[in-house]
Amino acid sequence: MDPLLLSRIQFGANISFHILFPTITIALGWVLLFFKLAWNRTGNDAWIHAYFTWVKVFALTFALGVVSGVTMSFQFGTNWPGYMETVGNIAGPLLAYEVLTAFFLEAVFLGIMLFGFRRVSNRMHTLATLLVAFGTTMSAFWILALNSWMQTPAGFEMRDGVAHATDWWAVVFNPSFPWRLVHMLIASGLTVAFLIAGLSALRHLWGDRSASLRKALATGIVLGAVLIPVQIFVGDQHGLNTLEHQPQKVAAMEANWETRPNVPLVLFAIPDEAARENRFEISIPDGASLILRHSADGVVPGLNDYVGDHPPVLPVFFAFRIMVGTGLLMLAVSWAGAWYLWRRRELPKPLLWLMVPMGLSGWVATLAGWYTTEIGRQPWLVTGVLRTVDAVGPVPGPQVAFTLAIYLALYAVLLVVYLGVLVHLARKAAKEGDPEPAPAAADRALSQPARATE
Amino acid sequence: MTYDWPTLLPLIFAALMGLSILIYVVLDGFDLGIGILFAVAGDHEKDMMINAIGPFWDANETWLVLAVGLLLVAFPAAHGIILTALYLPVFALLVGLILRGVAFDFRAKVPVHRKGRWNFLFFAGSLLAALSQGYMLGVYVLGLRAGLGAIAFGLLVAACLAAAYTAMGAAWLIYKSEGALQEKAVAWLRAALVLTTLGMVAVSLATPLASPRIFDKWFVLPEMAWLAPLPIVTGALFLYLWRLSFALPRPDDRHSLRPFLALAVIFALGFAGLAYSFYPYVVPDRLTIWQAASAPESLAVILAGTLVVLPVILFYTAYAYRVFGGKATDLSYD
Repeated sequence: MDPLLLSRIQFGANISFHILFPTITIALGWVLLFFKLAWNRTGNDAWIHAYFTWVKVFALTFALGVVSGVTMSFQFGTNWPGYMETVGNIAGPLLAYEVLTAFFLEAVFLGIMLFGFRRVSNRMHTLATLLVAFGTTMSAFWILALNSWMQTPAGFEMRDGVAHATDWWAVVFNPSFPWRLVHMLIASGLTVAFLIAGLSALRHLWGDRSASLRKALATGIVLGAVLIPVQIFVGDQHGLNTLEHQPQKVAAMEANWETRPNVPLVLFAIPDEAARENRFEISIPDGASLILRHSADGVVPGLNDYVGDHPPVLPVFFAFRIMVGTGLLMLAVSWAGAWYLWRRRELPKPLLWLMVPMGLSGWVATLAGWYTTEIGRQPWLVTGVLRTVDAVGPVPGPQVAFTLAIYLALYAVLLVVYLGVLVHLARKAAKEGDPEPAPAAADRALSQPARATE
Repeated sequence: MTYDWPTLLPLIFAALMGLSILIYVVLDGFDLGIGILFAVAGDHEKDMMINAIGPFWDANETWLVLAVGLLLVAFPAAHGIILTALYLPVFALLVGLILRGVAFDFRAKVPVHRKGRWNFLFFAGSLLAALSQGYMLGVYVLGLRAGLGAIAFGLLVAACLAAAYTAMGAAWLIYKSEGALQEKAVAWLRAALVLTTLGMVAVSLATPLASPRIFDKWFVLPEMAWLAPLPIVTGALFLYLWRLSFALPRPDDRHSLRPFLALAVIFALGFAGLAYSFYPYVVPDRLTIWQAASAPESLAVILAGTLVVLPVILFYTAYAYRVFGGKATDLSYD
């Protein structure tokens, strides 16, 4: 039992499980703020009902994100001690700033956001919502700064095999960071847009016609329809950035073996790394050159220039195609939804049914995107600085195998339960609908001290 | 010792790390203790107990992330040695924290007939986390030694720490609850105190016996005289707590926060004793805090941020405790 392979699987499983939840909370925090502000401004209770429905999802998702994140912070030490020993001087401050500026902010104000509605002023409750949203976004900022630095390291020098920062600005704002951050934040927005649309569509199909549901459904569809073209543009720019700084990754994404002009866009193939060729290839002539170099005879780098130093081709190639394919599906579904909302005010049943499974499309695209970029970094942990094989710890294989098995079982169960509870919450909400304020208490149905005085 | 930055920075970070571990132990200690007390609480009581920690537990746990984070960022070499040596207990801790964290949320959102299952997992996760923290402490005290002796000592400390957390949980409940639950909490505190006291005595005796270096640090003059207040004040506080537990709860609810504060001071004293025993090592008998420290310029960057942000964190943490002050009531999202 190879501890390196097992540790890689374990970390991969852990980060895959973890990322599912921040991907939701980052953008959901801002959507909740939007619901809250809309209620503050209009006084229409449908908005605050939508807030309370989705704040439950936020709490649940946040809890899962926290516990899986804590697990990850320990795994740096338990499985990859060579990582911090080599680049600790860089990674350390970035992680420390995440804890200091983001974690505490989220964790403390989450309590007020969840349970403080009647205990603090409305303004304070809105501020708590804002701070939680801001905290999750700051968290993403620091983690992506570190992750991007591992992809495209800058602003440091090596002394005795240990990285030392020479320019913190260059460390944080390393070449791939801006595009990667924007790409991830929009991915989070899309994940939430489709999750909200999907669960709302389910409620609609169950016969729920409450006002808060309509608001949420429209929010999800419009958010998705607006963000997806932006994401396609940003993704393209991010790809060009990768071409500049990690050409071997792009070569793997395109399954292009030779550096040459007029490279076709491979739509489908089974890349064969042993024979160094593609089987069953279906491609568009000059396509890759056009996309990557904006010219039919543009030269695109090939894998054969990086033998022994490029990522495994097959997983990167397919992960990339799954991500792009999911994105195109998102484009079609959200624009169809937006069109129906705008022209007919009502969605046709087949589209609603399609939106239910699309509720998880954000997860699929995000995971596929992460696999593209993270597997695409191999065999390096920090490009050009530290190889994955040199970072693994001394823990014997059987111990890693044992913990890996339990982690996998635990994650599988938690994932099923999480999705089950989401559906359960939607069913409950669909059954109960929006609460009608009791006549006598109409003016203070949802009110709390600050609002009552307005 | 010269007082230049490369000397001072690791010291400052060792102190910060110690502080965040202490804050963690006190704050998440009562969360975990309440989880352990789930084993003996009734159904409605469980809801009240959750309400007593609901708005806080997440922020409390963050102090652990900060402590491990500081170990990771300030002493990367030690981080690797300690965490690989404690691979399995760390794993147990993580499983415990995962179960505790998700059960906390799931128990309130799953269909009613499944609630019992999550209540049990909340208890089991809390107990597992408490036990593994104690076990790790025990093995760490012995210099990360392997072997049956270390395992036995680890198990001893595990039981003591779980008992101490249970006492903290009960003390927090005395402060946050009223009526029958409060009376029960007083009884729970008394039972947990007995175990905690036995445990603390056992650990205090076993630690110097197990490590000759620690023995030499404590049992020489004049240090012994300087250190004497630590065990004496701790003992006095235990006696005070024991007597107090027969006077509570009072009809006017006075002194209801005192057991918790007394326990927090006991924890702080015990912690000071441990810190004294280990100094200047971060991996006992192997790596000093200076040998394990990150580059001074990296530490300086973190310190600058810490000095600005930490007071803000303490301020808004205090604010949150004030917002949710007073007796626990039914928590709801709206």
